[in-house]
Amino acid sequence: MNIMTNSNKLRGFEKAVRVENVSRRTILKGLGLAGGFVLAAPILSRPAFAYETGAGKMPHGVVVDPRVFVSLAPDGTVTILAHRAEMGTGVRTSLPLIVAEEMEADWTRVHVQQAHGDETKFGNQDTDGSRSTRHYLLPMRQIGASARTMLEQAAAKRWNVPVMEVKAVKHEVVHDATGRRLGFGDLAADAAKESVPAIEGLKLKDPKDFRYLGKGEVSIVDLHDITTGAAHYGGDIRLPGMKYAVIARPPVTGGKLVSFDGEAAQKVPGVEKVMEVKGWPWPSKFQPLGGVAVIARNTGAAIKGRDALKIVWDDGTNAKYESVAYRAELEEAARRPGLVVRKEGDVDGALKSADKVVVGEYYLPHLAHVSMEPPVAVANVTGDKAEIWAPVQSPGGTREDVAKTLGIPEENVTVNVTLLGGGFGRKSKCDFALEAALLSKELGTPVKVQWTREDDIQHDFLHTVSVERIEAGLKDGKVIAWRHRSVAPSIASTFAAGTVHQAPFELGMGLIDMPFEIANISCENPEAAAHTRIGWFRSVSNIPRAFAVQSMVAEIAQATGRDPKDMLLEMIGSPRHVDLSSVKDPWNYGEPYSSYPIDTARLRKVVELVAEKGGWGRSLPKGHGLGIAAHRSFVSYIATIVEVAVDEKGKLTVPRVDTAIDCGTYVNPERISSQIEGAAIMGLSLAKYGEITFKDGRVQQKNYDDFPVLRMDESPLITNVYIVPPAADTPPSGVGEPGVPPFAPALINAIFAATGKRIRVLPIGKQLEA
Amino acid sequence: MIKLKINGQEQSWDGDPDLPLLWFLRDEVGLTGTKFGCGQALCGACTVMVDNDAVRACITSMSDVADRQVTTIEGLHPTGDHPVQKAWRQVNVPQCGYCQAGQIMQAAALLASNPKPSHDEIREAMAGNICRCGCYQRIENAVHLASTGV
Repeated sequence: MNIMTNSNKLRGFEKAVRVENVSRRTILKGLGLAGGFVLAAPILSRPAFAYETGAGKMPHGVVVDPRVFVSLAPDGTVTILAHRAEMGTGVRTSLPLIVAEEMEADWTRVHVQQAHGDETKFGNQDTDGSRSTRHYLLPMRQIGASARTMLEQAAAKRWNVPVMEVKAVKHEVVHDATGRRLGFGDLAADAAKESVPAIEGLKLKDPKDFRYLGKGEVSIVDLHDITTGAAHYGGDIRLPGMKYAVIARPPVTGGKLVSFDGEAAQKVPGVEKVMEVKGWPWPSKFQPLGGVAVIARNTGAAIKGRDALKIVWDDGTNAKYESVAYRAELEEAARRPGLVVRKEGDVDGALKSADKVVVGEYYLPHLAHVSMEPPVAVANVTGDKAEIWAPVQSPGGTREDVAKTLGIPEENVTVNVTLLGGGFGRKSKCDFALEAALLSKELGTPVKVQWTREDDIQHDFLHTVSVERIEAGLKDGKVIAWRHRSVAPSIASTFAAGTVHQAPFELGMGLIDMPFEIANISCENPEAAAHTRIGWFRSVSNIPRAFAVQSMVAEIAQATGRDPKDMLLEMIGSPRHVDLSSVKDPWNYGEPYSSYPIDTARLRKVVELVAEKGGWGRSLPKGHGLGIAAHRSFVSYIATIVEVAVDEKGKLTVPRVDTAIDCGTYVNPERISSQIEGAAIMGLSLAKYGEITFKDGRVQQKNYDDFPVLRMDESPLITNVYIVPPAADTPPSGVGEPGVPPFAPALINAIFAATGKRIRVLPIGKQLEA
Repeated sequence: MIKLKINGQEQSWDGDPDLPLLWFLRDEVGLTGTKFGCGQALCGACTVMVDNDAVRACITSMSDVADRQVTTIEGLHPTGDHPVQKAWRQVNVPQCGYCQAGQIMQAAALLASNPKPSHDEIREAMAGNICRCGCYQRIENAVHLASTGV
């Protein structure tokens, strides 16, 4: 099944097709915005910035309009809208910082305001796919440059001098010849009357004149509030008359409520009402699961009330989902041929002629996101209007889905985006906001729906479960054949029943985009059916794929007696742009291949850089080992070296991690570093502990005790991050996700180096215990 | 009627004495700086000080805090300039920031009882506080910085 042609498609796909076929300007005229300055995609007419991105093909494309994003008060305060969601990457600071840079605004006089969900106005707001800087570096520069130009024009008119004689410098416009200067605030009213300049004529700053970009000296705008408890997350919104709700949901995906007895719950002090919540059949994208809601005067009472509910569920068709049996199914599927998604040369023939075949089968179970803030949302529905406050990664999508769910026009829905207490892909799905909207409509009061940690783990849109099987044929020590079969239920199964193959965006995460220089390649995708809700998890399919591919490199090195780093470089091969012409849909993270090819020179460079900086080959104490892995994802290049120590009892510690990242042109190296430091923790978490299992269709884990994540006492002692300085005009690429994939294989390869034990099944669990 | 002091102010509660302090703080008083993470004292997001000890507000009932002094992140320092808070900003600790109120309260309690903790002592004392973003290296450095003077 092709997800692109299915009627129940993924959010974004439908509109991506539509936007391509309709003139953006026509749409805008229809909406009465022709006076603004709006584009479907960044226009990159200046040769110095000759790169294109996939931004224009995202739902609602890109809006480049200073009047939408920037306002200037007479006192000189510049307000810049942040239209992407802040979940820890720093984007709420970095995108406005780009505008301020080009505008010559003094950052200390900039106020950042969070935009509500309105993609017609702001362009795409889906904060996912490590896209924000990648898609918005140039548009934000253009917005800032437009605003600066308008200020300069206003000053030139005031002084009656040619505009080329004036220049904006740090919140003022100056006329050097006469020494006159006017503050931005003094020019606010006049600048607003200026027409918005054409993008084509904008003069962008020379990067050598940057005050902020690339420096890493500006802290996130919420830093003070976060350290004083004043920052507002989803659960921190309080409205007059607001009720507090928790919901008991069907324990099996696709199950439904049969009956309930709420009498005991009603008697709990503080409980005000027990009521059914509407549910949708599975799969239905992000629609609520339904169940029984307990409404109370505070969350504690609601939780206690829910504990007292007696409920009968119909478990439905997934009642037999069981993880041990399902893993055996995946393994069996991986041992048979599957849908061929990349084919070069003759793999069967080459494997037969090989003098050695190395086979590895790698398993990664379901993972839960467990962001520190569990899903939570506040809704206030009055008549045919709805207002939502929620930590959502997709405010525009949330607005659409709330409107559809309530049967009201999208214009009547306001989605206010709070800070997100972590997202990792979970909060791209707005089911919790839809629940709040449904309850508020029913009750006629504002409602907060709070998910408990148990709810979060048991009703997540989980990371998929996968078996990756790789067969590598060797001849005279060289790899001549590569067959990679990847079997996993697809995220598309959450949108369309009967999905058994991975979507192009999943195949493109480490399977079909494999960068090695091998003559005979077959990448295959055998069938796998889903039995629970599958969703995006930070770096998505790259986690199992990098684990398998980069483990296999080390296994081949072992089989041939080579150094793993040398083997890795040899397999990457010559510096080139990988030819994916044999692949029907290479996806490439939605980016044009011309701007974002798979550039093996860049992949080699991060390997060489991390090897040098990380001291590859250094002598280590007994029981220690080094492992290396490299992976391109979200069009960035990353390589990681992990040092492990394993004692006689099998206790694993990580003294040091070194990571090199090439993410092209970047905005804030300090936040890049924090993302990579965090990715190492998340990588170590999932490798050591990450496992969600099912029995009788039910998730077996409930909280941080049986789904542990890494704690400080076991975190790496040192994590070093090296950022490759970008060559001039290298397009920006992803940062939030790419750090995760190489960590697990680097760790596993290090464990092999330290102990001789090859781990192919994650999590590690007790496998190192003698 | 349960009486207690929160950040120096008298408060009272005549509802369910088993109500966790967390929900009293957040939903009844409106002090939302203290966060909900797990409800089982597993993650530390709800850490507050009761008298001088760091406790998990999610499993501390209202009857447990009768006549006690509770300090939340909002009351740690009048201008937010406790050495731990200052160190946190200097090191740029937070990513999403959600767990940080609990981390800061735990760190403040640690330094109150052990003003010069070693790195191992910091790692051990902070191990009850989960950060899913993975800010541990910076938290460790910030606690160390706070202990040496900011």
